[in-house]
Amino acid sequence: MTNSSLSKAFIAVIKRDLTLALRTRSEIANPLIFFVIIVSLFPLAVSPESGLLKTMAPGVIWVAALLATMLSLDSIFRSDFEDGSLEQMLLSPHPMPVLVLGKIIAHWLVSGLPLIILAPLLGVLLFLPYHAMPALLATLALGTPVLSLVGSIGVALTVGLHRGGVLLSLLVLPLYIPVLIFASNAIATSAADLSIKGQLYFLAAMFALALTLAPLATAAALRISLR
Amino acid sequence: MWSFFHRLASPKHFYRFADRLIPWLGWSTLITFIIGLYLGLIVAPTDYQQGESYRIIYIHVPAAWMSMFVYVVMAIAGGIGLIWKMKMADIIASSAAPLGAAFTILALVTGSLWGKPMWGTWWIWDARLTSELILLFLYLGFIALQSAIEDRRTAANACAILALVGVVNIPIIHYSVEWWNTLHQGPTVTRFGKSAMATSMLIPLLTMFLAFKLYFATTLLMRARVEILERERDTTWMKNMIMGSDE
Repeated sequence: MTNSSLSKAFIAVIKRDLTLALRTRSEIANPLIFFVIIVSLFPLAVSPESGLLKTMAPGVIWVAALLATMLSLDSIFRSDFEDGSLEQMLLSPHPMPVLVLGKIIAHWLVSGLPLIILAPLLGVLLFLPYHAMPALLATLALGTPVLSLVGSIGVALTVGLHRGGVLLSLLVLPLYIPVLIFASNAIATSAADLSIKGQLYFLAAMFALALTLAPLATAAALRISLR
Repeated sequence: MWSFFHRLASPKHFYRFADRLIPWLGWSTLITFIIGLYLGLIVAPTDYQQGESYRIIYIHVPAAWMSMFVYVVMAIAGGIGLIWKMKMADIIASSAAPLGAAFTILALVTGSLWGKPMWGTWWIWDARLTSELILLFLYLGFIALQSAIEDRRTAANACAILALVGVVNIPIIHYSVEWWNTLHQGPTVTRFGKSAMATSMLIPLLTMFLAFKLYFATTLLMRARVEILERERDTTWMKNMIMGSDE
């Protein structure tokens, strides 16, 4: 197997997943609608008072992003597991972690990226100051790939189970806590006009760590789930 | 030496080994507990700042240490089971999980019991309490995954991966929680430093730590024995053993 055929396979996996996702658009839209609804519940439940919402905004947006990602995670491997294409992928001569990474990237493109596009709008709804918007976008850009990467391990572990959904959130949410802490803190800090370099470096470090380790763990987990 | 370990890897020998070891471990657990509790609750001097209520650390601190120690044991055993496909490692990992969760709960409960007189509230979002709570979530996830997968081998391997992922994440979670905490609120009560602890208080603590370790070893072996009984119930050696004949 030459190197070029591996990169071809990698790109083919991304293209295939993107095509599949775009053909069932409602599956992309549903987590996004969920994201918006969750965020709009907070003013209703807590208080529409702008000062309070402003301080809560970073946390609320990030928790909602976390939950929306959780909901869409299952789609990374579920349908491929059911129709058997995951097994074909395992049997292919290409290293599984690379193919898995392709699938994760495709998942992030259809679930993480739209969140980033929608988030400023929700920031406005929650009275997040405008000068904190770049921080919101930056943390989402660095953080949501980590969510997809770490989440893929959880999906790979639970894909063989009939009711894996709740279990998945039980496994994955504790692992999301560092991202949540740094991201929401970065936004709050930026809203207070302070430097957020440190938080962004931490998020970038977590991204690098997840990018290198998560595909390996996911591939190993898939091998176990498909046994 | 090595052949001893190799023999331990087989459930049959492990079962015998555990059988012989459990009474010894059990009695020494009991004795160290009695000594440790006596030293800690009666002999050790009263803390001049915290009064008598500091004595809960003789349960709390060992439990908190054990809660992390057991997770590492679980991850190492899981890794061994994953790499060398050793049945006993899987059994150890799965037997350790509920014990670790129990230690974590114990640490949380004693922590909040201590917090009531010290801080005035049952719960405070203190960095250590919070990361202990997250550790409990990790344990519960492990146990949930284990019980959700029916096939024991698959369950053991899947849980091993989860434990390894958790072990990579625990330091990250711990330090991010610590960092979060220092940003959100200053330390409410500066706890007395470990190094500054008087010897008369340290010795009971170390004794209690030993007692907890021994307790863990005893219950781990007992749980592993039960697990072996369940897994190997169809084997000949098990039947022979239960019927009372040797070999």
